[in-house]
Amino acid sequence: MPIDQIVKPPSPSRIPASVLIDTAKYIAVMAAVAILLSIGTQRLGYNWQWYRIPQYLGQFTDEGFRWGLLMQGLGVTFQITSISLLLMLMIGLGTALMRMTNSWAARGVARCYMEIIRNTPLLIQIFFIYFVLAPILGVSGFWSAIIALSLFEGAYASEIFRAGITSINKGQWEAAKSLGMSSAPMYRHIILPQAIRRVLPPLTSQAVSLIKDSALVSTVAILDLTQQGRMIDAETFLTFEIWFTVAAIYLVITLILSGIVRILEQRFSI
Amino acid sequence: MKLVRLATLTCLSCLLALIIGCSQQPVQQKAGEKAAPAKTSQLDTILKRGVIKVGFDTFKPWAMKNKNGEYIGFEIDVAKKLAEDMGVQVEFVPTKWSGIIPALLTGKFDIIIGGMSITPQRNLKVNFSIPYEFSGMSVVASKKLAGGRTMASEFNNPATTVAVRLGTTAAEVTKNFLPKAKILFFDEESQTIQELLNERVHAVVASNPLPMNLAKEYPDQLFLPFKEDFTREPISFAVKKGDPDFLNWLNNWVLYTSSKGWLQNRYEYWFYTNEWENQIQ
Repeated sequence: MPIDQIVKPPSPSRIPASVLIDTAKYIAVMAAVAILLSIGTQRLGYNWQWYRIPQYLGQFTDEGFRWGLLMQGLGVTFQITSISLLLMLMIGLGTALMRMTNSWAARGVARCYMEIIRNTPLLIQIFFIYFVLAPILGVSGFWSAIIALSLFEGAYASEIFRAGITSINKGQWEAAKSLGMSSAPMYRHIILPQAIRRVLPPLTSQAVSLIKDSALVSTVAILDLTQQGRMIDAETFLTFEIWFTVAAIYLVITLILSGIVRILEQRFSI
Repeated sequence: MKLVRLATLTCLSCLLALIIGCSQQPVQQKAGEKAAPAKTSQLDTILKRGVIKVGFDTFKPWAMKNKNGEYIGFEIDVAKKLAEDMGVQVEFVPTKWSGIIPALLTGKFDIIIGGMSITPQRNLKVNFSIPYEFSGMSVVASKKLAGGRTMASEFNNPATTVAVRLGTTAAEVTKNFLPKAKILFFDEESQTIQELLNERVHAVVASNPLPMNLAKEYPDQLFLPFKEDFTREPISFAVKKGDPDFLNWLNNWVLYTSSKGWLQNRYEYWFYTNEWENQIQ
């Protein structure tokens, strides 16, 4: 049988046409964005100097590798956000549980805290805590930034936790009660393990918000990533390059965080 | 399959970055061609528009708001006079100091009249006219934290904290003058003053007469550690690069107005008298 008469089945690894069309669309949109950017900067007559940026990320000196100013700022951002994240979870869970108790005082306090925080701008809260409360209490700038951030994000996290807890099936509560569990072990062994799984996705987006909101602490002279960016900008006027770089760093950090959580979700999938 | 998709996406993103990167090379050259003197001067644009747009930020007594919410101050007088001599209306565009040069470069206004001192770094991005005034930096310190200090060396140590306004020459001067001190950068002058009164920083560095007035206003809490200003900075108009006609007009305006004594007169009024105090309180 001559070879050319053999009809091959279509190979399973062939890329379907729809994918190709989608890719083409994607490339077209991105090209349009790139063209718009270049036209815009051309019209401004802006003088791009990307080659001045790497020194702010890190450089090799005679003493070895040294992190640049932006990366030092990122270190401070990491410190602030990691501590705030822990506090946010504690405050959020505490407030959620307070709102579900039978004591009207606890419910009132939790409700008041949540409404005040959620209905005022974060920037004002940071200013208030830094300029008004901190001098009275003798708190450093670094800690007042952390307190402001964790209070703000905690109010949102509390609602997420409450939604997760109330979404647990009534049968679970009844089963726990019928086993004679009191409320502390019931929450610890039955309710919270299930609720945490459900609230992981919205909590992740809250954590991403926290990282982005931490940029606001630069307004009270904390040397975080944004403040370092502003200082370099004020000295060198590399406005566009610096802010694109800073935005890219935030993007990378938040993407990594989302990726980690996605892996966690697959591990503990319900 | 997921991996393939991820890899493709990464490749595409890299390609995009490359395209943008490459597209910027010709942009620079084109911008260079654009800067040829054949193009119309900003001067003509302003005259056609009938309005000169002035960028500034509030610094007492350079520019501030009075009781009716109108802007008054030395720079405001200068801008009004300049517009009058040009035969156009003036429009004020208040802008955060730390972003004022990018705002000029992106065409939000025609000129910066805001007590901007000449620095080599700034001059790389904008053109400066000849100076129309000189201002000096000074230090105001907290009596409780830094009482009795009269030497720069007493402030130049890691235990000392100094608050300055971001983007001002005070920030640069402090880095050179007190390299070992810890420096806090704020967006507003009022915030640096608040820090000083809250006794969280030892000193504030700013252009005179602010430190002088502060020491007068709070004699129990604040004092001036140094007798003399430690800098004398030339203050100029800043305009976009590549426009010799506009710059020439500004330079000659400064010469002309100085020869009439008008600039000196206004400077005396705003910096050495308190006659305007009742307009703002």
